[in-house]
Amino acid sequence: MARLEIVPLLDVVREVHHTLTYRFRASLEAGPGQFLMVWIPGHDELPMALSYLGEVKGITVHTYGDATKALSAFRPGDLVGVRGPYGNTFRIEGKRVLCVAGGTGMASIIAAIEAFHKAGSEVVTVLGAKSADELIFEERAKNCGDVHISTDDGSRGFHGFTPVLAKELMNGGKFDMVATCGPERMMEAVIDLASERGIPNQASIERFMKCGIGICDACALDDYLVCADGPVFTGEQLAKSHDFGRSRRDASGRRIPV
Amino acid sequence: MSDLSVDIAGIRLRNPTMLASGFLDETGGSMLRVYKAGAGAVVTKSIGPQPRTGYPNPTIVELDIGMLNAIGLPNPGIEEFREEVKVALDGGAVVIGSVFGKDADEYANVAKRLASYGAAGIELNLSCPHAKGLGTEIAQSAEAVREFTAAVKGKVNVPVFPKLSPNVSNIAAFAQSAEDGGADAIVAINTLKAMAISPELKMPILSYRYGGLSGPAIRPIGVRCVYEIFEAVDVPIVGVGGITTGRDALEYVMAGARAIQIGTALATRGLSAFVDVTSELLAFLEERGVKSITDLVGAAHG
Repeated sequence: MARLEIVPLLDVVREVHHTLTYRFRASLEAGPGQFLMVWIPGHDELPMALSYLGEVKGITVHTYGDATKALSAFRPGDLVGVRGPYGNTFRIEGKRVLCVAGGTGMASIIAAIEAFHKAGSEVVTVLGAKSADELIFEERAKNCGDVHISTDDGSRGFHGFTPVLAKELMNGGKFDMVATCGPERMMEAVIDLASERGIPNQASIERFMKCGIGICDACALDDYLVCADGPVFTGEQLAKSHDFGRSRRDASGRRIPV
Repeated sequence: MSDLSVDIAGIRLRNPTMLASGFLDETGGSMLRVYKAGAGAVVTKSIGPQPRTGYPNPTIVELDIGMLNAIGLPNPGIEEFREEVKVALDGGAVVIGSVFGKDADEYANVAKRLASYGAAGIELNLSCPHAKGLGTEIAQSAEAVREFTAAVKGKVNVPVFPKLSPNVSNIAAFAQSAEDGGADAIVAINTLKAMAISPELKMPILSYRYGGLSGPAIRPIGVRCVYEIFEAVDVPIVGVGGITTGRDALEYVMAGARAIQIGTALATRGLSAFVDVTSELLAFLEERGVKSITDLVGAAHG
């Protein structure tokens, strides 16, 4: 079993207004798409995808609730707990790969974008957000290939929803892999577009988690466990899912709409 | 070929492995998956009268010797759980419903509903070491164990299995009380009350501070408890606590268990734990020409 490591934060970087990157050294080795359970002492322990996989690891977190708000007040030297890595990785395959990120979903897929690039794939990234001031890791993606921006409000790049831009790109060129992470409805649209065109595809899914190690059943997606079978699922797996795009489980295990 | 099937109070199991309560058993899809992975039966998450979210994280601590948990009995409540049981049963699983509550009436009412959903038996969680005002207090009184068992027996006509706590000085006396209350089998043991502290942070790791220790560390305690219970009661025993291999299961069987449960091993062996333990048991029996696993129940008693 993975051991809990208590690590000091090396730095805290504000990427955009509500989204911060926290970096630390930890002895674990992780692949693109894997996550850690991050203990914010006194508050909560949450699953967080690694946005940096090197010797210095990083998580990039949208401040949205009590625990992440508490974390946002942490400074270099403050201690957090990490255990992991858990889950599977993005499959790094394909000659020409389209990566579609929505909002903070970019934090989970940026390591894969870099891994595709390093593996010799030609990478095209669609980076979408509600507005221009919510776009993260644009430079890192540009270092790996072409980047197309979309914003719901038109404040930068393509004016409209991310899958619409992704569709234009899929129609305009040949891809042999599509990878996506972002709001579930967006991912659903993106993998449908890819599957319709016969392009292998994968999406990183988010669910409420407790244990992170595949035993408590809190993160059930149909009969999959997002923590252990995912978080990255293939389009074929998701096509058969009743829960994907429709329902998730609350903390008591009740099915509620996505 | 040696026979691994067993009968527990009239419930026929294709093999003696059961999924322990609290593991992959909050949703119908997962319960069915575990059954298909080879479990002889699945025991549900402990279900109460109302939805319950459990405790904030951290709710588990991974250790080299096992695991600590204080999940806090999250469950969707007995009403919503109907659908989960249905999914598991429709797929062919044998489902034992685990119940908890704050008093005997609550236990009995939830048990009655679970039985009406099609549960083959009812396990009473009388021993959760980390739930305020619920299982903990019940586990500390042999008289309460008798009373709760009797209350549930009075409301259901499927077998009732009280699950006992090892956090008592004389578990055999509790087993006798359960038998006096009409228990059809005894499940032993639940987790041991325990704690883990982060030296760097100078605080307990679990948000609830206390948790239940499970896994390999507690196996010798569970084996001892089953051994003592076997000498004290006539009803069958289901052994649970730190079983990862067929040999571990055999220790429990020879101490007196007719069936065994697997939980924490899922974190180390994954879902193949059921097939692994079953095939290891079978190999042991066949090497020695033992016809049936039931021939070994209690074999360690002189």
